[in-house]
Amino acid sequence: MKPAPFVHHAPRSVEEAVAALAEVGHDGKVLAGGQSLIPLLSMRLASPGHLVDIAGVAGLDTVEVADRHVRVGAMVRHAGLERHTGAAAALPLLRLALHHVAHPAIRTRGTTVGSIAHADPSGEMPAIAVLTDAVVEAVGPGGAREVAAADFFVGPLETTLAPDELVVAVRFGRFTATTRTGFAESARRSGDYALAGVALAVDADGDQITSARASFVSVTPVPDVLDLGPALAGRSLHDLPLDAVAELVLAHVDPESDIHAPAEYRRMLAAELTRRALTTLAHDTTEGAA
Amino acid sequence: MSTRQVGEKVQRREDPRLLTGNGRYVDDLGRGALQAAFVRSPHAHARITDIDIADAWELDGVEAVYTWEDLEGRVGEPLPVLIPHPAMTHPRTGYCLAKDEVNHVGEAVVMVVARDRYVAEDACGRIRVSYETLPPVVGLENARAAARLVHDDVPGNVSANLRQEVGDVDTAMAAAPNRLTLELEIERSACMPMEGKGVYARWDADDESLRLHSSTQTSTGVRAAVAAKLGMPLAKVEVVTPDVGGGFGVKIVHPWPEEVLVPWAARRLGRDVKWTEDRREHFVSSAHERGQLQEVEVGFDDDGRLLALDVRFWHDNGAYTPYGIIVPIITATQLLGPYKPGAYRVEFWSMYTNTVLVTPYRGAGRPQGCYAMERTMDAIAAHLGLDRTEVRSRNFIQPDEMPYDHGLMFQDGRPLKYDSGDFPASLAKLKELVGWDDFAAYREQAAAEGRRVGLGIGCYVEGTGVGPYEGGHVQVETNGRVNVATGLTTQGQGHQTVLAQIVADELGVRLEDVHVTTGDTRRMAYAVGTFASRGAVMSGNAVALAARVVREKALRIAADALEVSADDLEIADGVISVKGAPGSSIDLKTVAVLSNPLRYAFDTSAQAATQFAGTFDPDKPPVADDDEPGLEGQDFYSPTQATFANGMHAAVVETDPVTAEIRILRYCVVHDCGVMVNPMIVEGQVHGGVAQGVGGALYERMVYDEGGQLLNASFMDFLIPYASEVPHVETDHLETPSPLNPLGLKGAGEAGTIPVSAVIASAIEDAEGFPIRSMPISPPELWALRRTHSPDPAQEGTS
Repeated sequence: MKPAPFVHHAPRSVEEAVAALAEVGHDGKVLAGGQSLIPLLSMRLASPGHLVDIAGVAGLDTVEVADRHVRVGAMVRHAGLERHTGAAAALPLLRLALHHVAHPAIRTRGTTVGSIAHADPSGEMPAIAVLTDAVVEAVGPGGAREVAAADFFVGPLETTLAPDELVVAVRFGRFTATTRTGFAESARRSGDYALAGVALAVDADGDQITSARASFVSVTPVPDVLDLGPALAGRSLHDLPLDAVAELVLAHVDPESDIHAPAEYRRMLAAELTRRALTTLAHDTTEGAA
Repeated sequence: MSTRQVGEKVQRREDPRLLTGNGRYVDDLGRGALQAAFVRSPHAHARITDIDIADAWELDGVEAVYTWEDLEGRVGEPLPVLIPHPAMTHPRTGYCLAKDEVNHVGEAVVMVVARDRYVAEDACGRIRVSYETLPPVVGLENARAAARLVHDDVPGNVSANLRQEVGDVDTAMAAAPNRLTLELEIERSACMPMEGKGVYARWDADDESLRLHSSTQTSTGVRAAVAAKLGMPLAKVEVVTPDVGGGFGVKIVHPWPEEVLVPWAARRLGRDVKWTEDRREHFVSSAHERGQLQEVEVGFDDDGRLLALDVRFWHDNGAYTPYGIIVPIITATQLLGPYKPGAYRVEFWSMYTNTVLVTPYRGAGRPQGCYAMERTMDAIAAHLGLDRTEVRSRNFIQPDEMPYDHGLMFQDGRPLKYDSGDFPASLAKLKELVGWDDFAAYREQAAAEGRRVGLGIGCYVEGTGVGPYEGGHVQVETNGRVNVATGLTTQGQGHQTVLAQIVADELGVRLEDVHVTTGDTRRMAYAVGTFASRGAVMSGNAVALAARVVREKALRIAADALEVSADDLEIADGVISVKGAPGSSIDLKTVAVLSNPLRYAFDTSAQAATQFAGTFDPDKPPVADDDEPGLEGQDFYSPTQATFANGMHAAVVETDPVTAEIRILRYCVVHDCGVMVNPMIVEGQVHGGVAQGVGGALYERMVYDEGGQLLNASFMDFLIPYASEVPHVETDHLETPSPLNPLGLKGAGEAGTIPVSAVIASAIEDAEGFPIRSMPISPPELWALRRTHSPDPAQEGTS
């Protein structure tokens, strides 16, 4: 379990990083927290000739809380974002979900933006990105561009990012003051990849639901948003049509079977977790829990 | 008088070192050594047609590339069958490097030695092995069907078939008023020590000697095996076991191919060579255990008493049988647990498959046997509508029936004869601990809250402390330091603490003056190893006997010096004094000086032993005819048979009515391992054992596909429970001393693991109301099982 030889690049700026990526093309990989990449290298499941290590790039390790979004730099570790009180107050869903990202040791090294760029459909943060209408900020040789999260994910471990582009930050959109959010997932062991997970954002006018949306972990090929409005809009938080919600979820998710659970179990689990997260969220008496 | 150490919860003396990162494991040694890596078979069953190593040689830093063709003498012969047995008609072992054929994914084919492990792995990537693939045999069903063979010359894929019968089962079964049959299944798991295997060989070309460091459970075994393979005099081979990061059985197997190849390469190259197994290698080229299919037929009276028990099982032994049929023999005998079976017949077939070989893993066949017996007990209770503890209780061997001879042969070739135990008392303690009689009320209350709970139970008896022997050597230095050596090895159990406690008591010295060495053939050449929960029983009694030898000698010398009778002396805190006369005493360290007559004084204390120092009797030689210099002694403990520990576990589980997620709410253990040297360490052993048992019951399995590929060969997909999955373990103890050994000890190492699958199956069955016949069980499996028992879609989605 030793990686094949590679060239280690240690750029000090975004420009240097992008230049290095442009130079090595498809033979290069960005190294940030390394929690997914390093095991792949060690097991020789991947053997890029070049690693562009952005740990030393200035300015990528900040969290900025603005009126409409929380902007997370590419070198912000999961643990740093999880502990960030400003981010948690502005967008509680971040902390709710980060708590489920692997284990504390992995969160200490792994980066939130890295897990989004890795685009694993069993990652929690890609699901949060789509539910919050996040914007991915990428820089390439031709300059900077922004990609909506909904357009960023193409397939499992596949994004619209070019090999010479670096994601420098992700802006997670904030919800309105009346939006309630929830997160639930189930894994075989605490901290494992979820068998299924769900993130919810429900807007209500008093007791009456005005809009409701969900995104999922591990049960859709790419993270996307399911509109629960057809089941929930106009209904009371205290009289949730859970069967109708479950039907929407069952129709939407498309999990695969693996050695840990068959697809039909994951499908059931996604629906059940949605029921439970929704029930918990509805019972949350904190007004405007977002 | 100092405090007695045995029986005290003495803090583990090894922990400060181990917990602060100051342990020394094999991989911490040999910084400058060359490193080995292996090309391993990607196929479960194939013939090797060609090996092209040319590209590997082109890499800078490659020192050697070896295939079977390069192996000389006995190194190229098959590995030994360590434990032959008459019933094993078709034993097969592999080669250090595959010759012609591979029989499981992971079998070593080519060895590369290079400057470092990186280069060695790069070189492995450049080696091209051509295979002609053969159809593999995967799983016990396919092995039994025998449409394909693992070894061409082994008919039916059967390595061994063994049948034992006590009483007339057919007659008793026919006469029984009630009969039940059960078909049971239990899956593979594995030891998975945190530290994999590792070997570091230092070859001294001038001395033509070898010092081998191995992460093993038997240094003497490795020494003898390596000396034989390499054709070296035993005196030129030493094996030292440094700190070992867990063993759990897999490291008792020896020699592993790497334990032969690494020293062989070191000798051939004249360089130090080492190899550190990585996790993937450990998954595919070490050993697994547990996989069995079982058929039980039981006959019983209307009170639930066993009249006849007929058990047949098929044991998956993997591709090779270096460790013989110890595991299925233990299943066959220890299945009986604390019960009288009536007439008993057991027959097993040990089967080859094209998978990693199967050797003992903590519990070693007992978890499977306990599972079969306890599932049977629950089935009888269900059939008769009796309380499950009542059925068990009616079948218990009673304390006044001890010693109890089952009339079977145990794993050590000796009678399966229980030495002691009080099963009714253990059960009473367990029922109180878990609140057995109050559970119905709890279940009702939980049901009112929409929760589903169940209570499970499992009882076992564990033969521990098997022979043939272990030795102890105790030496008192002239500064008062007490050196203790025993030959078996340590993998973290706490031997440095418990053996010191025993010697401190036996010799009358302070605990901090006692220093224990294990697993070093330079200090103790005769030893067997650490397995079968035998460390405390075997080496504990051996060091006690050795300490008694030293004590007797110390008292004899002190009696001379003080001019009193030895009978009037006592030793405490390293001082020998005359009973009732506190002023009249001599330090043990001074006795150590006197024990060794000297010509030369190396320090002031040594002057007392020199020729002009005292008033020696000129008519006697300085060392008497029947004496030896030095205050030291050695003795061996060799029991006539195993000693039998026992325990009973109960668990409360909750199963989610919708998702079928399984949570252990409570886990209770009553444990009897005779006299406890250190109750804290015993509890730690129980906790760790339960943790591994929970892994085997709810999380771990080896997922092979039809082609014999192990699909979950990493800690990401092989689910060892984390601390978050292991329940708090509530323990209570009984101490029924063993009458067989001087200290009254029984083993404790494997106990916690044994009944867990049985207990969890029992609890889930109780919660769900349908039988659980296959373990481990996951939430998706329980969910699927529910649908076969009540194909009512309404259960899906009504929270």
